Amino acid sequence: MTTETTPEATGTAAPDAALLAIRDLHVTYATGEGGLPAVRGVDLTVARGQIVGVAGESGCGKSTLASTVLRLQPPSATVSGQVLFDGRDVLAMRWGELRAVRWAGASIVFQGALHSLNPVHRIGAQLAEPMHIHQPGLDEARVTERVAELLDQVGMAPERAKSYPHQLSGGQKQRVMIAMALACDPELVVADEPTTALDVMVQAQVLNVLSELVRGRGVGMMMISHDLSVLADLCDRITVMYAGRVIEEGPADQVFAAPLHPYSGALSAAFPRVGDPAARFAPAGLPGDPPDPRNLTEGCSFAPRCPRAAPVCLHDEPGLVAYDDRAAACVRIGEPDLEAR
Amino acid sequence: MTDIGAPRLSTRQLARRRRAASYRRTWKAFAAKRSGLVGLGILVFFIVVALGAPVLASSRGLDVTLANGPVLGPPSSHYVLGTDENGRSVLTLLIWGSRISLFVGLAATVISMVIGTLLGLVSGYFGGWIGRITFRITEWFLVIPFLPLAIALAAVLGRGLFNIVIVIGVTSWPSTALLIRSQTLSIKERAYIERAEAIGAGRWHQMGRHVLPNVMPMVFANTTLTVAAAVLTETTLSFLGLGDPTHTSWGTMLDSAYQVGAITTGSWWYVIPPGVCVVLVVLAFTMIGQALEEVLNPRLRARQ
Repeated sequence: MTTETTPEATGTAAPDAALLAIRDLHVTYATGEGGLPAVRGVDLTVARGQIVGVAGESGCGKSTLASTVLRLQPPSATVSGQVLFDGRDVLAMRWGELRAVRWAGASIVFQGALHSLNPVHRIGAQLAEPMHIHQPGLDEARVTERVAELLDQVGMAPERAKSYPHQLSGGQKQRVMIAMALACDPELVVADEPTTALDVMVQAQVLNVLSELVRGRGVGMMMISHDLSVLADLCDRITVMYAGRVIEEGPADQVFAAPLHPYSGALSAAFPRVGDPAARFAPAGLPGDPPDPRNLTEGCSFAPRCPRAAPVCLHDEPGLVAYDDRAAACVRIGEPDLEAR
Repeated sequence: MTDIGAPRLSTRQLARRRRAASYRRTWKAFAAKRSGLVGLGILVFFIVVALGAPVLASSRGLDVTLANGPVLGPPSSHYVLGTDENGRSVLTLLIWGSRISLFVGLAATVISMVIGTLLGLVSGYFGGWIGRITFRITEWFLVIPFLPLAIALAAVLGRGLFNIVIVIGVTSWPSTALLIRSQTLSIKERAYIERAEAIGAGRWHQMGRHVLPNVMPMVFANTTLTVAAAVLTETTLSFLGLGDPTHTSWGTMLDSAYQVGAITTGSWWYVIPPGVCVVLVVLAFTMIGQALEEVLNPRLRARQ
């Protein structure tokens, strides 16, 4: 079950080579009023069998980051840096190579999964689609069998293959999307807020299904969410983003329980913890709005909202500083516990 | 992995049975629409008449030299719908005319639909210069007044049955192309197209598997309207004397009725029947089109 002991399965690549390695990624959207930097110098690594969470509030660049993994960013975006999938740069791939990587190498569970199914095709046909594209000539009976298998894995009856999307509930559609993500046995699954539009009960079910399947197959997963508590539950490591940059990175439980960066602290405090009386009285939430990426202030972009901002924060943007097994971009790193503020 | 030798036949049988069931379901949904059934009834009637023309009325009745009826004679027991200026039975002309009118209408529509759907899809789906050029071509055809273009083309190509089909086909597609283009533009932005892209689907796969099925109901609805328009256009062109003089259609009947002054002489039996036939066929196609759209578009269909 534990996935730390799988490197011998990787074969040709260096045993410690990461499945996904994003290196100094910058993404800028062209808008009418000049460039909008959505992602500014992000580094991120996902090893085989590892679940890495990416947290942050709306507009911090999480989804943009996810889209670059399969080079799905809109044409208006200019990208620099590297996205190494299995050692090959996705951003520099030729078209045919890229198409082969899409889904067979890495798949995505989309944010708007409820609309990601074509209303005029049956579920079964849509589940079979990636197989038809990536394994042409596959026997039709085998495809049908595989579709039933996939539906079964996400806890749905095989007869559902005959349904149209409008005949399914939101949770069922999301399960179909998860099943589809696994259709071609990818090595990496990118889950972009897979539970956004679902209620809490369904959310829990869907997340369970997803994490079990990912753990069971030893594939890597990059899971994007604004809900730090969900990520802490499922992930091995968490990366926290703010205004297009990584501001903290570390093992999931530590980032959630003892954040180094004040912003991670605020994110973590935004979700009530059952059985912790102190948390009930702690001021939750964060004053102010996320910064406008078009005119970022000099210095740390979080400084205007930071409860612990020092004068130096307004001039210098701190870089990521390693701290044990973790890293954070804050001058206050290593100071006494944030919760004692 | 694929060790299925024996059950292959049974899967094919299964597929056939499933397809039959799905046809039955579609037919049931269609049959529930009264207007669609009425339209289908009218259309089937005209198709039977057109196909059965040699049985219903001898083609010798079309020959002017053999005609021996009265000139513009009113309906009588022998000539149910009267006679034309050459003494031929109007009913015979009407029966044989349905062949030409329906054939021209359907054939021209096929041409128009293929061109319109293809150019609409391409100009909507592809941005960049491909999309721009195809869109300009569409606009160019759109701004040229339809009737003068058709008349000019018909005059250049000469009077013949296939020329009429081509003229109507290549002049009536721009509105279809615009409609399909606008629908394509909206469907292109749907999340399932992004998913198709992420799956690794190529452009033609995305266009064929995801965009086309979603614009198909519109193509169908538009087809029926185009058939109606094509039948009307054929009538118009024939009435203007650009039709094939060797074939009788409802349009050429109206033309000759006008030429011999059937209206001033009060020979209503020569004018009204072809007019009514045109109206009925146009109406039938429209009613079928509406019913079909409801059946074929899963979103318009009620949840089961």
